[in-house]
Amino acid sequence: MTPQMLDTQTEHLLRELAPQVLGVLLHRFRDFSVAEDAVQDSLIAAANQWPHEGTPDNPRAWLIHVATRRMTDRVRSERARLNRETAAAAERSLFVIPSFDLDSDAQDDTLVLLFMCCHPALTPASAIALTLRAVGGLTTAEIASAFLVPESTMAQRITRAKGIIKSSGVRFHSPSSKERAERLRAVLHVLYLIFNEGYTSSAGPELQRLDLSAEAIRLTRATHALLPEDPEVAGLLALMLLTDARRTARTGPAGELIPLNEQDRSLWDQAAIQDGIALLTGALQKGSVGSYTLQAAIAAVHDEARRAEDTDWRQILALYDLLKRMSDNPMVLLNHAVAAAMVHGPAAGLGLLNALDHDARLASHHRLDAVRAHLLELAGDRIAAIEHYRSAAKKTASIPERNYLLTQVARLAEHGD
Amino acid sequence: MKYILMMHCPRTGYELMGAWSKKAVADHIAFMHALNKDLREAGELAAAEGLADPKQAVIVRVGKDGAPVTDGVFPESKEFLAGYWIVDVESEKRAHEIAARASSAPGADGKPFIIPIEVRQVMSAPPDEFVV
Repeated sequence: MTPQMLDTQTEHLLRELAPQVLGVLLHRFRDFSVAEDAVQDSLIAAANQWPHEGTPDNPRAWLIHVATRRMTDRVRSERARLNRETAAAAERSLFVIPSFDLDSDAQDDTLVLLFMCCHPALTPASAIALTLRAVGGLTTAEIASAFLVPESTMAQRITRAKGIIKSSGVRFHSPSSKERAERLRAVLHVLYLIFNEGYTSSAGPELQRLDLSAEAIRLTRATHALLPEDPEVAGLLALMLLTDARRTARTGPAGELIPLNEQDRSLWDQAAIQDGIALLTGALQKGSVGSYTLQAAIAAVHDEARRAEDTDWRQILALYDLLKRMSDNPMVLLNHAVAAAMVHGPAAGLGLLNALDHDARLASHHRLDAVRAHLLELAGDRIAAIEHYRSAAKKTASIPERNYLLTQVARLAEHGD
Repeated sequence: MKYILMMHCPRTGYELMGAWSKKAVADHIAFMHALNKDLREAGELAAAEGLADPKQAVIVRVGKDGAPVTDGVFPESKEFLAGYWIVDVESEKRAHEIAARASSAPGADGKPFIIPIEVRQVMSAPPDEFVV
């Protein structure tokens, strides 16, 4: 779709209908790859025609009609190609007897599609691309520009992902109840990665890039609507909203990073915070608390502090204590050390960091140096803080972060004079 | 994660290649084409370019009036960038594998040329305030 040509309402409508139309096609035809291409064709046709001819009375039926026609064309040409090889194989692989549940719930279809696109056989990058296209209804060009790769590269990544789905024998049906929890975890992880990727690009010269954070929130909101009883889906959505609420305060006019304790909190989006807290409260009431819900709870404690010095670090420390038991992610351990320093003083935090020096996952990671520098500064050891900020700046792979770390080095060096 | 793979060649490399047999040149080009095709089909190729002979290169600095001042390439530079790939891959290990394959491009005698490839990460990672 070409967003500049479409009004927001039409664009949202198309994006919402995309997975539903694909679901309908998949009930009639077996080939996911061809069906997904046909739906993409129908979306592009709608984006070209609707602005001139008006939105049809029944947009969903219009898209299904066009996509089915494209599907038939594609299947025919595919069949002609295969006929030259083996006609029988073509019959078997491309058509299925229309399933008895043709009218099955479009909502369920969207969920099944999410499970397919986030299948563990795919690499994260492939799952992200496929999810954005098949479930998110984005064009290959839009996805390519979001990840700053050529459109042909993204097209190949999507084609390859579909090939892996085909060869892994992943079918268009819900996962068994046995594997459901694990598959849902994979879906949430992909949504989390999309959000995180958007977090990179929301500043400075990259503003024209597609807003991946907003897209992740939209998809997670849709998933939450489909699974309202699942606390971790609500927890992830809450985490995204509570984090995204700080977006405008997070970067300065030149795209420079502004740390949490220096942000202008009047810029925080209170509506998103309230929305996030309501979701979080609901998730916590469900009993079993997962890691996304805990992370959302930590984000909520930050968001509720009117000033940085009002932050309830004791509560944050208690939450990290819980999170630490659930996850062996070294970033959790680092953040736990920061919370311990805020509650018990920098020496306590630095002591916890010493235990992480031999963690191979952190050996070349800038964040250990950055956290140590921060705690050393709190402890009043300016020279050592400079040294560790400098070392962190050498290791980071993010330009805004490197600029931030080098600014800390310069600030501390000037203070000494 | 994006990495740039920079293929360095000695100052004399361009001249040396001019003395290769037709078959050696064709094999070398075919190897590079196949590599790029595979990277594109794997959805990993973000960019790839070959650079012209360093004899055409100049060093530019700004002059007093803001106009460019050009200078020849310094003779002490022994190696030049001959070309580069930017790949978007799942891991550093994968970037190294691609670099090793590029390094094995055939030389004059058809055997791997063992070209040194410098691998550097492109700074496109997310800042990690959110990563907990």
